[in-house]
Amino acid sequence: MNINATLIGQSITFFIFVWFCLKYIWPPIRNAMAEREQKIADGLQAADRAQHDLELAKQKIAHELHEAKQQAAVIIEQANKRSALIVDEAKQQAREEGDRLKVAAQAEIEQEVNRAREKLRRQVSTLAVAGAEKILQSSIDVGAHNKLVDKLAAEL
Amino acid sequence: MSGGGTSAEYIKHHLTNLAYGKLPAGYERVGEHGGSHVLEESTWTMARSPEEASAMGFNAVHVDTLGWSIVTGLVFCFLFWRMAQKATAGVPSGLLNFVEMIVEFIDTTVKDTFHYSNKLIAPMALTIFCWIFLMNLMDLVPVDWLPMLAAKLTGNPHQYFKVVPTTDVNITLGMAFTVFGLMIFFSIKEKGVMGFVKELTLHPFHASKWYVNILLIPINLILESVSLIAKPISLGLRLFGNLYAGEMIFILIAIMFGAGWALGLFAGVLQWAWAVFHVLVITLQAFVFMVLTIVYMSMAHDVEEEH
Repeated sequence: MNINATLIGQSITFFIFVWFCLKYIWPPIRNAMAEREQKIADGLQAADRAQHDLELAKQKIAHELHEAKQQAAVIIEQANKRSALIVDEAKQQAREEGDRLKVAAQAEIEQEVNRAREKLRRQVSTLAVAGAEKILQSSIDVGAHNKLVDKLAAEL
Repeated sequence: MSGGGTSAEYIKHHLTNLAYGKLPAGYERVGEHGGSHVLEESTWTMARSPEEASAMGFNAVHVDTLGWSIVTGLVFCFLFWRMAQKATAGVPSGLLNFVEMIVEFIDTTVKDTFHYSNKLIAPMALTIFCWIFLMNLMDLVPVDWLPMLAAKLTGNPHQYFKVVPTTDVNITLGMAFTVFGLMIFFSIKEKGVMGFVKELTLHPFHASKWYVNILLIPINLILESVSLIAKPISLGLRLFGNLYAGEMIFILIAIMFGAGWALGLFAGVLQWAWAVFHVLVITLQAFVFMVLTIVYMSMAHDVEEEH
């Protein structure tokens, strides 16, 4: 156990290793770690912000949904009104058309009736003449008696 | 046990460093195969025996312990340097995690104790902790392996080869005195020469009358000097003592391996148990050396308030 120059050798070695550590080991490792800490802190902050943004977006969505529902309700109401209106209009039209048709039909019926009456009248006169001829068994001046027959027919 | 011989020889062999140094002129050297010759002039050579190493005095270097200290230091530097290259702000992996954990641990310890701005302290603490830990770790390599390897390589069956650097008092004191030097340097740098002298002379006893102070100065100087000098010595010897004792026990256990299979088995269990316990010791001692260094540096930066 001698004290000798190893002492000085170790001192010098110690200095060199400390210097090496100071220069090439400590700063890069510490810097990398500090950088990483910063990055993680930033990341956490970003996550917080994203959470906040999400919350805001959710609120906005709820709000817009509510508005859209209201709008839809308004639209449906308008549509209902409008359809009621259309149905009313259609009813009115249909009624008018029906009335018109009814009038036309009645007119036609009246015409038919008139025509049939005319026809009947004519046949009756002929029938009456024929009947009278049979009764009298003699020829009668058709011209002379037409006035009488027509008068008879007109009374029908 | 390497090379046979008695237990005492075995122990002595294990506690002798491989020294390279200057033998003084007129030293009578005993040859390897008996016989002796007197050196005509001083010679730089490898010491063949503890006696020769003693005769070299201060002009000698313990090649084995200093060598292993440099090797372990290089291992630390290389490992951490590689990881420092890899370190990015991205996700760390594998060994980088471990390295960053140590760096974080050292950084916390330094920040807890040292409240001044000095960029040297934390890297120095990291170097001290890791380097001393690695040097201490050599203690866990079975005591005969590396000496036997050295004996094989050199062809000398009695090759002295001490593996654990921290069991060499030169190594621990070398570091302790360097720390001491830095302490004095920072002390003077922070407080000025007068401040440093005042710290040595006006503490711990201080009177309000100047003539009483003059009487107190020698007492203060003696007390403060002793406490100042005691710092590096206790720092170095604490580490040395713990590791020396630890290694001694490993050597004693290793002797038992040669004493029959029953004792050998027992020795195996003992060695394992002591090694497990020693893991704690080597880590703790590295930590203690580091913390004390930080504390001393903190004291050096501490500008004393007036008492």
